[in-house]
Amino acid sequence: MFFVDTEFIQTLTITFKLATLTTLILVIIGVPIGYFLAYSKHKLKPILETLIAMPIVLPSTVIGFYFLIVFSPDTIIGGFFEKVLDLKLIFTFEGLVVASVIYSLPFMVHPVQSGFLSVPKSLIEASLTLGKSRIETFFRVLIPNIKPSILTGIVLSFAHTIGEFGVVLMVGGSIPGETKVASIAIYEEVEALNYDKAHLYSIILFIISFLILLSLFYINKKIVRADKL
Amino acid sequence: MIEIKVKKELSSVKETFKLDVDITIKNREFITIFGKSGVGKTSLLKIIAGLIQVDYGFIKINDQIWLDTEKNINLPPQKRKIGFVFQDFALFPNMTVEQNIAFAMAKKDKNFLKKVLEVTEIENIKHKKPDTLSGGQKQKVALARAIARKPTLLLLDEPFSSLDLETRQKLQEELKKIHDEFNLTTILVSHDFSEIFRLSDRVFLLEKGKIKKHGKPEDIFIQEKLSGKVKLTGQILNIEKEDIMYIITVLIGNNVIKIVAVEEEIKELNIGDNVIIATKGFNPFVLRTM
Repeated sequence: MFFVDTEFIQTLTITFKLATLTTLILVIIGVPIGYFLAYSKHKLKPILETLIAMPIVLPSTVIGFYFLIVFSPDTIIGGFFEKVLDLKLIFTFEGLVVASVIYSLPFMVHPVQSGFLSVPKSLIEASLTLGKSRIETFFRVLIPNIKPSILTGIVLSFAHTIGEFGVVLMVGGSIPGETKVASIAIYEEVEALNYDKAHLYSIILFIISFLILLSLFYINKKIVRADKL
Repeated sequence: MIEIKVKKELSSVKETFKLDVDITIKNREFITIFGKSGVGKTSLLKIIAGLIQVDYGFIKINDQIWLDTEKNINLPPQKRKIGFVFQDFALFPNMTVEQNIAFAMAKKDKNFLKKVLEVTEIENIKHKKPDTLSGGQKQKVALARAIARKPTLLLLDEPFSSLDLETRQKLQEELKKIHDEFNLTTILVSHDFSEIFRLSDRVFLLEKGKIKKHGKPEDIFIQEKLSGKVKLTGQILNIEKEDIMYIITVLIGNNVIKIVAVEEEIKELNIGDNVIIATKGFNPFVLRTM
């Protein structure tokens, strides 16, 4: 196929690298946040809950626009990241990851939070009365019993990151080989009337996403069944 | 000797009341907390377990103080040696029966694990997951797990309420056996009449957060001294008028019987009341059934 060039491969690599990395970070931070939201009675909890849910309601361009403003090098936060941590977040891949994590946060936190809430309180109490610490209870009782919820969170975050457009365009700026992802590439190819290339991007995204989702749903079914043996 | 003194404001959907309890239990005694739902029975067990915090409390188990609000002593649930059997059994669905029980043990002890499985008669299902078990089996596993912790105090929160009568009676016998075998001190929460008579040495009657009476089950529930030769305990299912007489339908065990009564006798009786049916001065026939 004559139009499979380096840029094409790069764009797809960046797309899946971004989605994988974002999802990985979301598992690490999303599960503890979900735990906090499920069990905390803190009075600031509703505010945190609302903030996390905002990306569902807002157009992604709003998130992208604020991200640009907050992390631009002339602001205190942006300046701090650039000078102290030596991390540029505007028009870089790192910036894309941070923005995607914020943008997909509710898609990880919500399923995990409802997963925690669906675990009967008596299971936690039983574990405590059996002499186990909160941490041990978390890893040995809670996490194994909300596996399907975590998996749902992974699937949704991954899919949502691959599908995002506004945030990556504004924060990343579509720099080939650095921040250009498939969803933007498709748009650009269509604008340039390169329908064949747009087709190819689309079909690859479609197939790979389909296969990932299918295998995760399959695993999910197996987990649920394993608990009934 | 186990001393439990606790005070706590409890609020349910309907009302707010004060739980104010002061009980002393001898070692190896089997006691029952009896009362209607919503009088604070489960809360009391959870307070003893350290799962609910109190305004004022003092709990002493032999020489060990678990709770003393005045001296700021409050052991977390993990440090209190209790076996708690929850109403919904609270078995971990991700673990097999054997893993559930092993989870309760501070360190691996194959022999003890084997003994627990044997005594509770669940060896044949040890590789199964809780979701595949029957109610009675789950109950046994929950009991086995509580014992595996080697508790000083066994707390049972209406453990038989979701089981059918036959399973219930069988498990009550087993519980009695286990209580003796492992030298346990047991607090049972129940509102099942027959269960209390069968199992407990003493019963504490809890009403609106306060202990109204305590003593042997016979002394608590049998109001007057009867010299009857036949005594049956049961629950009134129905009272209906027929001509000038009344027919009371009573559930005893899993038998329903009808008793004729006059207006005078039914005055203080309501549907749902627990009653004793006694006959005096006559010798009933006892016939073997096939």
